[in-house]
Amino acid sequence: MKHESVETNAGLLIILTLAVISVGGLVEIVPLFYIDDTIEEVDGVRPYTPLEQRGRDIYVREGCYTCHSQMVRPFRDEMLRYGHYSLAAESQYDHPFQWGSKRTGPDLARVGGKYSNEWQVQHLIDPQSLVPESIMPGYPWLATTPLNYSDIEARMIALKRVGVPYSLTDEEYEANVERFGAEHARMFDIRDAEDNLVGQAQAENFDGNPGTITEMDAIVAYLQVLGTMVDFSAYDDGHFAEFR
Amino acid sequence: MSTQDNRDKDQKNQVETTGHVWDGDLQEYNNPLPRWWLWGFYATVVFALVYWLIYPAWPIGDSFTKGFNTITFEQGGEERTMHWNTRALLAKDMQTGTYAVRQREMLEQVAGQDYETILADADSMSFVNAYAQGSFGTWCAACHQVGGAGVVGQYPNLRNDHWKWGGTVDQIEETLRQGRLGYMPGYRDTLNSDQLNQVAAYVLSLNDYSVDQDDADAGERIFTGSDGGCFQCHGMDAQGLSSQGAPNLTNDLWGLVDVRGAESDSERQRLVANFVRDGAQREMPAFADRLSEAEIKMLTAYVHSLGGGQ
Repeated sequence: MKHESVETNAGLLIILTLAVISVGGLVEIVPLFYIDDTIEEVDGVRPYTPLEQRGRDIYVREGCYTCHSQMVRPFRDEMLRYGHYSLAAESQYDHPFQWGSKRTGPDLARVGGKYSNEWQVQHLIDPQSLVPESIMPGYPWLATTPLNYSDIEARMIALKRVGVPYSLTDEEYEANVERFGAEHARMFDIRDAEDNLVGQAQAENFDGNPGTITEMDAIVAYLQVLGTMVDFSAYDDGHFAEFR
Repeated sequence: MSTQDNRDKDQKNQVETTGHVWDGDLQEYNNPLPRWWLWGFYATVVFALVYWLIYPAWPIGDSFTKGFNTITFEQGGEERTMHWNTRALLAKDMQTGTYAVRQREMLEQVAGQDYETILADADSMSFVNAYAQGSFGTWCAACHQVGGAGVVGQYPNLRNDHWKWGGTVDQIEETLRQGRLGYMPGYRDTLNSDQLNQVAAYVLSLNDYSVDQDDADAGERIFTGSDGGCFQCHGMDAQGLSSQGAPNLTNDLWGLVDVRGAESDSERQRLVANFVRDGAQREMPAFADRLSEAEIKMLTAYVHSLGGGQ
């Protein structure tokens, strides 16, 4: 093709430019879909329950990811502080993942179970009351805003479309029982989503306020499950190097 | 616009032009790239070729080129060699890195010592202080604060002589390992507001605050009698019972009520009365499953050394 005809034809120039710059993306991204070792095989990772999923939505809505990463990198200092490095498998049901790229606050990939529910609630309402040197803003409205879960089924159906194994039919439910156990599989059934959400919020009462299901219930439920799904004591040191 | 035929040397500068001519005489020089840039470009190409040989690089089918660089580390008791990657690099660093090895030696030393030896051994203690300060910052400071001073009304101060659950190394270790659930019932249904005030007066009088003596006497009867039954946990002498997490109420060290911050006698009494009315429940999480034996030991020694370890 003549150089001149490319330079003098804007449409052609755009198409060829896109073709050239997409090579980099294609080479880096496409193989991830078919290389065997992209996502580790690991027990325990499961989709979020409806309540946890709503908490995750609030996490995203409030922009927590702008200051908090969810990615423990494979360095000694990070392992000493946060625990085992993050696995790709651990965010396989995250759409979109919350790895983040900046740590103004600490990494949250393994924050689940680290603090009590009361601590999380108090800290979200007024961080400085617990950590005077913190610069995190407070989120007091989470404790007073009732959680809107009227669209939870639609949200789960949307996630199902992008690959999260929530179930809509008996067959899919049975498959989940096989894969995640009956107790979890029940939580992943879209047909019972609302009951499950209400049930979990009432049973575990994350925000210390049994009367209302608030956004605080949801976000604390989400925070408390982060990084807790995999039992790393079941694997040898260096086992996960296999998948690199 | 012109074509190849018009390409000629610019007479004045002896530089080739692209041959394009606009508006009759407007031409475009075709200067060669600067040498430094061109060689820099070739260098990056060579770098890429070498990099591809050494490190994992190109996807092929369902696998990829792994590169010639390898890492050897130990896995499950066996030596294992594999292509270079950050996870293997970390495994190797944890096993053989200079600082990791030194740290492990110290961890083993401390793990093998009893508390008496650790607390007396300057070498161990300096390691414990350095390491446990980091662990404390990660696991404990969120509640007990970076320095261990806690938050009045919420989380215990670990720097003073006041120990709800006991301040010996064994008791501290037990607290760390299995957690604690502190509970004091609220007395709103048991005592009326006068009685609450009387109990508050009595407790404050034990700490030499000025209160109405009649109130304090009445409060003592409630405290040590069946009306309040406070003695069941706090003891007849109000010295507390560490097995119940019931604090000593006579040492003027207040964890849950801001007695010292109160501005007047009446406010002080009101704060204590309100506390007795509402009761309290506090939880310290268990760390047995989250921290290694050595870490629990070091945090115990560290907390013990912060202030009034018993």
